[in-house]
Amino acid sequence: MASLLRTLTGPIIANNPVTLQILGVCSALAVTTSLVTALTMSVALTVVLCLSSGIISLIRKHIPPVIRLIVQIIIIASLVIVIDGLLRAFAFEISRQLSIFVGLIVTNCLVLGRAEAFAMRNLPLPSILDGLGNGLGYSAVLIIVGTIRELLGAGTLLGVTILTPASEGGWFEPLNLMQLAPSAFFIIGFLIWSIRARWSDQIEPPKYALKTRRDAR
Amino acid sequence: MADPFSLWRGFLARPNDDKFKIFGIATLVALVCAVAVSVTSVLLRPYQEAHVEAERQAQMERMLDTLPGLRGLMQEAGVDSLTTRLVDLETGAFVTDKEPGEFDARAAATDPEQSVAIPSEMDVANLRTRARLAPVHFLERDGTLQLVVLPISGSGYQSTIHAMLALEADLTTIAALSIIEQAETPGLGNRIEDPNWLALWPGKQIADDTGKIVISVVRGQATGPYEVDGITGATRTTNGISAMLRYWLGDHGFGPFLTRLRQEGL
Repeated sequence: MASLLRTLTGPIIANNPVTLQILGVCSALAVTTSLVTALTMSVALTVVLCLSSGIISLIRKHIPPVIRLIVQIIIIASLVIVIDGLLRAFAFEISRQLSIFVGLIVTNCLVLGRAEAFAMRNLPLPSILDGLGNGLGYSAVLIIVGTIRELLGAGTLLGVTILTPASEGGWFEPLNLMQLAPSAFFIIGFLIWSIRARWSDQIEPPKYALKTRRDAR
Repeated sequence: MADPFSLWRGFLARPNDDKFKIFGIATLVALVCAVAVSVTSVLLRPYQEAHVEAERQAQMERMLDTLPGLRGLMQEAGVDSLTTRLVDLETGAFVTDKEPGEFDARAAATDPEQSVAIPSEMDVANLRTRARLAPVHFLERDGTLQLVVLPISGSGYQSTIHAMLALEADLTTIAALSIIEQAETPGLGNRIEDPNWLALWPGKQIADDTGKIVISVVRGQATGPYEVDGITGATRTTNGISAMLRYWLGDHGFGPFLTRLRQEGL
């Protein structure tokens, strides 16, 4: 039971998919210009991740190793198509905002990464929890980045004006940089830095040390 | 003869590097996934189409709202919506033996029986085929034309853009442009839906005095009645819009219809 709980909570900070495993960064750049799209993407990705981990774990013993990546991708892609269809049928406005990014869940390395690293070797229940935990960890990063970018880039949160921009009589000058992809890199970088400053065990040892003259001697 | 159940067990019991099992599993997974995807897309299609249709209606309404005084005109004319009629694009004549409501323009554009291939030298909007007929919307008052709305489409950077172009009674002044559907890059190309950008269009002229179609989106600032400001970072998308205007207003698009309308009226 305790180990199940660890599977679920571990990926939220200690083993966060974005800040520690550095997976799924490309979509974290793309959908975080506003908090609404970040939230929707989080939910969609978490659902896909839980389902794909569960299904792949169920049939893991019968997936031939030579074609395992193809089998995993087919399952993930089908799930994404079904979820994209559901969004377009029942959440049309949001699906318009997310447009191509839902389709890009297929290529999100996080989903395939967890299928390959965890679901192929574990029972269905722990696999689903691992998917949920990683989904939540990914969502946490997306929500933080989305909040910062929407607040500083447009002065709004969830579309509600918080900081009145100067063009409408307030004091706030929207930072256009925040609406562009590079700002997400900066924010994720700062996030990784602050997490590793707090939990220093996450710092990886340098792979190649700079050789000084004394070492060479 | 073994029963199917034990055959299935025998299949699963084969080693995972067995050729038969590799092909079997690949086929089974593909089959199950294909069935799941097909079934959901068939079941969900009616819901999705209802949304798209509602969106089209809402866009039309929004476009009507962007035209100053149009609502008043419509009230005076005693109509609450525009008249829709089908046009044969080749001759420019109205088609009377078919109801506009029954005509599905999107399906017709790729249906071999209802469409024509666009000669490649004329296909600036990169459409390949277009429907023979097109629905055109009018506002008329006492038999004179006040406004005509043409459906246009073309390739942008990564999607097909569908739009509505409203022309004033002189048939050269743009009354409004409205984007119905697009899937351009979010944050860049999809700013063609930005109301501030669409507000640049009303009042622009599609053709110069000789009747040549000259309207285009330029890079940077526009310098005359035939030019519209470009969008930074969306050059390919706005080039697509220039191209689709040029195609649909040209001889292979609504050209014959507009000529006929200028000469004969409605």
